[in-house]
Amino acid sequence: MAADLHVALVAADREVWSGEATLVVARTTSGDIGVMPGHQPLLGVLESGPVTIRTSDGGTVVAAVHGGFISFADNKLSLLAEIAELSDEIDVQRAERELERAKAEGDAHAERRADVRLRAAAGR
Amino acid sequence: MGAQLRVYKRRIRSVTATKKITKAMEMIAASRVVKAQRKVAASTPYAQELTRAVTAVGTGSNTKHPLTTEAENPTRAAVLLLTSDRGLAGAFNSNAIKAAERLTERLEREGREVDTYIVGRRGLAHYNFRERKVAESFSGFTDEPSYADAKKVAAPLIEAIEKETAEGGVDELHIVYTEFVSMMTQTAADSRLLPLSLEEVAQESKAKDEILPLYDFEPSAEDVLDALLPRYVESRIYNALLQSAASKHAATRRAMKSATDNAGELINTLSRLANAARQAEITQEISEIVGGASALADATAGSDN
Repeated sequence: MAADLHVALVAADREVWSGEATLVVARTTSGDIGVMPGHQPLLGVLESGPVTIRTSDGGTVVAAVHGGFISFADNKLSLLAEIAELSDEIDVQRAERELERAKAEGDAHAERRADVRLRAAAGR
Repeated sequence: MGAQLRVYKRRIRSVTATKKITKAMEMIAASRVVKAQRKVAASTPYAQELTRAVTAVGTGSNTKHPLTTEAENPTRAAVLLLTSDRGLAGAFNSNAIKAAERLTERLEREGREVDTYIVGRRGLAHYNFRERKVAESFSGFTDEPSYADAKKVAAPLIEAIEKETAEGGVDELHIVYTEFVSMMTQTAADSRLLPLSLEEVAQESKAKDEILPLYDFEPSAEDVLDALLPRYVESRIYNALLQSAASKHAATRRAMKSATDNAGELINTLSRLANAARQAEITQEISEIVGGASALADATAGSDN
């Protein structure tokens, strides 16, 4: 097997997660994409959605990513997002409250954000 | 106590109070510089990766994009000036404002109309006082800017550059901010954000002379560039805001340090003057007593005769 991917999940104001991984699944505007070591160089636009990272030691990291980019070259994968949160950082109750409120106010963006958070938290 | 002495004592008291305040402000600013610097460092990975991606799309495809192509005849330009909300930072704000004025003058000489966008109350006050037109202004976050603030600032600028020039859009976007070089040095700098010259960006990102791989674009090069460039502008503005904030705190620290030093010196001088005044008073009292005693002695000696 080829060497593992080096993944960096970077938000605008901090590096959220970085490490070695065997597989990264993310949602681009044209559908879900899975990247394994040795993939062709890729630059794509991400939809907001959960990103799943299978780490080299067998674990799984799930993060909620709100818009951004995925770029892959030379076995280095970067996920750039304005806002990104790891699933364990997500406060499920707060996200649920936000979802309720967004639904009540008809704020589609906020609703989507809260929904993505909940889905990422469910996938951990 | 003599009147003179009392005046000196009062001034010493007031200067001591001022010194305490400036000392406290110096310490607060010093701790904020460190925090601001840390934020600049934390935002670097994102900015770096984004620059890399922009370079990759720009050089790896032949896409024409309004944000990367130079207008043949640029007639309007936007200048974004970053100042702070509060003063007490030495020449920090006036340097930035001067740099913006120089840039505006240069652009106008080259035949461009300039729209000014301002961040920070200080810059806005300067322009309002001179009754100059300001396209838009933002304030309230210059001490600790967040990414959301950068987005708020970037939104009207991106909108303006995407609009046709004839309809009130702009061809170029310049930014004037204070670069944080070190604790002691901060320089006002201006740079052109848009249209992006890809060569420059490539130079910035390619310290180690790497060859960029041929990327697959998802969904297409244009769409990626469409999505990338606004983010790139936002991240550049965010970085400039953070640097500006760090510079402002460093400038405040320096200004407050010299204010504290000056207050200390003033206290020294004043206490010397007060001592001299006290001495003079004592000397005068003694000579009055001696004079009085000898006059008394002379008088009694006279009556004895």
